[in-house]
Amino acid sequence: MSTMIEDDRIVGLQDEAIARAAEAAEKRDRVLRWAMPVSLIIAVLAVWEFGVWYHGTPHYILPGPWLVIKTLFTDWHTLYPSLLVTLQITFSALAIAIIGGVGLAVLFTLSKWVELSLFPFAVIAQVTPIIAVAPLILIYVDSTYAALLLCAWIVAFFPILSNTTLGLNSADHNLVNLFQLYGANRWQMLRYLRLPSAMPYFLGGLKIAGGLALIGAIVAEFAAGTAGTGSGLAYRILEASYRLNIPRMFASLILISLSGILIFFAFTLLSHLMLRKWHESALKREN
Amino acid sequence: MAAAAAPPPQPAGRSSGRLLELQGVSKTFSNGTVALENLNLRVQRHEFLSLLGPSGCGKSTALRIIAGLGNISGGRLFWPEGGHVGDIGFVFQEPTLMPWATVFDNVHLPLKLQGQGRRQVRDRVEEALAMVGLQDFHAAYPRELSGGMKMRVSIARALVTRPKLLLMDEPFAALDEITRIRLNNDLLQLWESQGWTVIFVTHSVYESVFLSSRIVVMAARPGRIVGEIEIDAPYPRDEAFRMSEPYNAYCRETSATLHRAMGDG
Repeated sequence: MSTMIEDDRIVGLQDEAIARAAEAAEKRDRVLRWAMPVSLIIAVLAVWEFGVWYHGTPHYILPGPWLVIKTLFTDWHTLYPSLLVTLQITFSALAIAIIGGVGLAVLFTLSKWVELSLFPFAVIAQVTPIIAVAPLILIYVDSTYAALLLCAWIVAFFPILSNTTLGLNSADHNLVNLFQLYGANRWQMLRYLRLPSAMPYFLGGLKIAGGLALIGAIVAEFAAGTAGTGSGLAYRILEASYRLNIPRMFASLILISLSGILIFFAFTLLSHLMLRKWHESALKREN
Repeated sequence: MAAAAAPPPQPAGRSSGRLLELQGVSKTFSNGTVALENLNLRVQRHEFLSLLGPSGCGKSTALRIIAGLGNISGGRLFWPEGGHVGDIGFVFQEPTLMPWATVFDNVHLPLKLQGQGRRQVRDRVEEALAMVGLQDFHAAYPRELSGGMKMRVSIARALVTRPKLLLMDEPFAALDEITRIRLNNDLLQLWESQGWTVIFVTHSVYESVFLSSRIVVMAARPGRIVGEIEIDAPYPRDEAFRMSEPYNAYCRETSATLHRAMGDG
């Protein structure tokens, strides 16, 4: 009922007024899109801060958000190098995963036999929880850094491989016929048809792999524990927990989350920039 | 309308200019379906030949075989003067454009696959685009174009190699009536001025009569030829031809043959 009444009122307005109303509604929508989640976060933090203050909870049990933020600054000299270590492992693993994943996916499309022989290994590596394999990897691989890299790579590798393989095989059959008709060789078919067709799939895989590489790096650091020479953020969390330095644990956690969020947004942006000209996923619906 | 460019040789010049011959061609798919059985077809140079028939009569399969897509199970395909890549332009039922590439790059594709760079052949690509009236759209992406314009891009891409033979697989079937009539007129004009041979697959009686110099009617299960109709009307053809009595007579005749074909099947 209420929508009908509203419709009647809009019909009564002049065109210009309608346009202005639509514009205002869009503007309000844009503001609310940010304002809603931000104010909710602030509200939750306020309740948390108030609860801690009201109950007089000691900071070694639960620090308030203000103390956590302060710790982030006071402990920056310890946290920052650890952040760099974790990010370095994450991005190195991701880079190797991209090279390996895309390279193997290309090999798969060139030879059915390579795919049939190697795909089971990729699946095994994917379905076995990394936390269970990490201790073994740490034993067999001499360098802790290399072991951490390997762990992060294993989890980041699969989404890129499977998405890119799917993408390479998703080229329009009519276009494949067309390329064949004009005498395209394998390399041209790959370069001009299969790789561009696979791009949206690859970018989707990259978004997943970015987050997974970070998780893989953190998990591996935990498995390496204090015995490792690594001093990433997970190591800081472990170390702080032994010392009951709860505010620093929270501060490290925030840095990990922020890194994950930034990685996700960076790849979302990259994906948008690369696809905005042509792919449905990046286009606005025109109705 | 095009100036009265010399109409391509019609039935008179036929014995001299044989471009292509299918001799007893048959095609059986791996699932056992007989798509074509003992197909004999001569294609004359410069003719506009339509393959007309109900779905499943093998007309598209025949076209693909001529294009060299897919093997034949029996018989042979004979090119008296030899044939090679670039001599054939193919227009699919869908525009089949690369969505990530501009109109220019889409039309450039056949030349690029022959190793000719953008700069080298810029003129040829522009020329092909001008032929279909899209000279102002070279920087556009396919999604920005209407269905009819996408089809024009697809035709420009088929023309860019300056083919001797243009194969068209129900190219206008998915378009609205008005766009289709306009593209029919434009295609006919281009054909008259460029002197290619066209093999045009369609299931529209009216379209085939308007365009063709010869119609081959096919029937299904198994795919075979059941009739042949010469459309002995002069080119250029225009709206006046669509309204004329001979046009109607040809439509009736073609329609009757098609019905016989469907009744047989």
